Amino acid sequence: MPILEIKNLIHTYGAGTPFRRSAVENVSFAVEPGEFLGVIGHTGSGKSTLIQHMNGLLKPTSGQILLEGKDIWAEPKNIRTVRFQVGLVFQYPEYQLFEETVYKDISFGPRNQGKTGEELDHAVREAARLVGLRDEHLDKSPFELSGGQKRRVALAGVLAMEPKVLVLDEPTAGLDPAGRENLMANIREYHRHKRATIILVSHSMDEIAQNVDRILVLKSAHILMSGTPAEVFARGPELLAAGLDVPQITRVAMALRDRGLPIDPAVYTVEALERQLLALKGGGRSC
Amino acid sequence: MLKDITLGQYFPGNTPAHKLDPRTKILLVVLYITALFTAKSFLAYGLMALVLAVCVRVSKVGLKALVKGLKPVLFIIVFTGILNLFFTPGEGVLWAWGPLHITTSGLRNAAFMVLRIMLLIMGTFLMTYTTSPISLTDGLERLLSGLKRFHVPVHELTMIMSIALRFIPTLIEETDKIMSAQKARGADFESGNLMEKAKALVPILVPLFISAFRRADELATAMECRCYHGGEGRTKLHVLKYERRDYTALTLGVLILAGVIAMRAVGL
Repeated sequence: MPILEIKNLIHTYGAGTPFRRSAVENVSFAVEPGEFLGVIGHTGSGKSTLIQHMNGLLKPTSGQILLEGKDIWAEPKNIRTVRFQVGLVFQYPEYQLFEETVYKDISFGPRNQGKTGEELDHAVREAARLVGLRDEHLDKSPFELSGGQKRRVALAGVLAMEPKVLVLDEPTAGLDPAGRENLMANIREYHRHKRATIILVSHSMDEIAQNVDRILVLKSAHILMSGTPAEVFARGPELLAAGLDVPQITRVAMALRDRGLPIDPAVYTVEALERQLLALKGGGRSC
Repeated sequence: MLKDITLGQYFPGNTPAHKLDPRTKILLVVLYITALFTAKSFLAYGLMALVLAVCVRVSKVGLKALVKGLKPVLFIIVFTGILNLFFTPGEGVLWAWGPLHITTSGLRNAAFMVLRIMLLIMGTFLMTYTTSPISLTDGLERLLSGLKRFHVPVHELTMIMSIALRFIPTLIEETDKIMSAQKARGADFESGNLMEKAKALVPILVPLFISAFRRADELATAMECRCYHGGEGRTKLHVLKYERRDYTALTLGVLILAGVIAMRAVGL
């Protein structure tokens, strides 16, 4: 059974006014437990609206969101329990920090869950460890930390609730390359360690290519395509036409193919392209 | 929900009411308020209501939007009405119960007060509905520029005002975002008693203040980068100039005020 299923979701802003605008138009898909799903799409394609439905921050205009087979809006009073199971990390989450110490800030989520004492302490320290925060950081004010560290504290604040599904909206935006790689490693660790389902929204095709099992491409409120990275990036020209990008290495492969080399356009890692090129060379052809 | 705030909202348009010089509109509102507080009879209030109705008509601002502006002060209106109704001493007691009594003058006072507040609010709202915040502060700066001689920092004050107005929508958007983020962490803003509800605001207010300070800092830097140095020697892109319609409107305004004063003098 899929852990999260979106069924015929429609969301309209400003219904009944002249400013009526559909942000999500009849979108359906399912996410399997333990899956690492990437969501890409141009600004304004409906990504943010879509992910805010997953934990019930937005209510569908029509359609259903099923969490482990149950409609999350079946009992609107219990929507908070859904938010503990589907953790959502917003863009630039460091702007939501508010407590005096890092420890207290991370504990905000689990405390809302009703955790206390030992259990609470364990959840906080485990989350801090997952994002690579050392014990000495925990007693500091979050406002003393660097940008990248703040971002990790904010991530830990969501991880501490131990959500089964973790939804991230451009988690690495605005970080330096080392910070990006660190944060993605933290997320992969949570994915492996807790067998959690991850849904990653990103503008970086390389980040998507390196991490996800499956990609969902959104374009003007619809699903344009969906499939494994190989399947999606094989349709490189279509992605480019939709105003999106492909990983750098796929661009190289596309260019080589345009020059007449018989290269499979679905490569999205350096290693895969290397193998293909070596195979070509080994086949006795000059290149 | 937060987007429903109508404070100082501007409805763009191209009517004579929109085209008037902002200084004229500010002066007209001052005249209008003076007249409102001078009026002492139903006839005078009727005249003021008529004036407002004509202005609303000319401005093409829907009456609905204007009435919506009354909503936030509904409590004050009702409260003043009741207070005046029950606690005005005087002759001709119509009804009494303990310390509460309704007198004919109480009835009159209550009606006047309610009318006065309603007309006052709708009149000033009409100005903000037809004048963009920028031109409003611009007009205010020019009107008050005489005070510079007395070392009143007029330019700085109006700059503060326009920045504040400019950032209201930004901060509302920011508040929405922070609220969503905290809700995603299980924050609960709805249930609990007053104390708990107040406490639940901390996770919103702290990030909001921090981001407001950050924005202020960034804005100050950006302004300095563009060589902003206060009002001294600064020229305007749009220079305000009184037109014929401004003189006409001001003359009409003064005439109406004179009329109301005359009505009061002769006891009409």
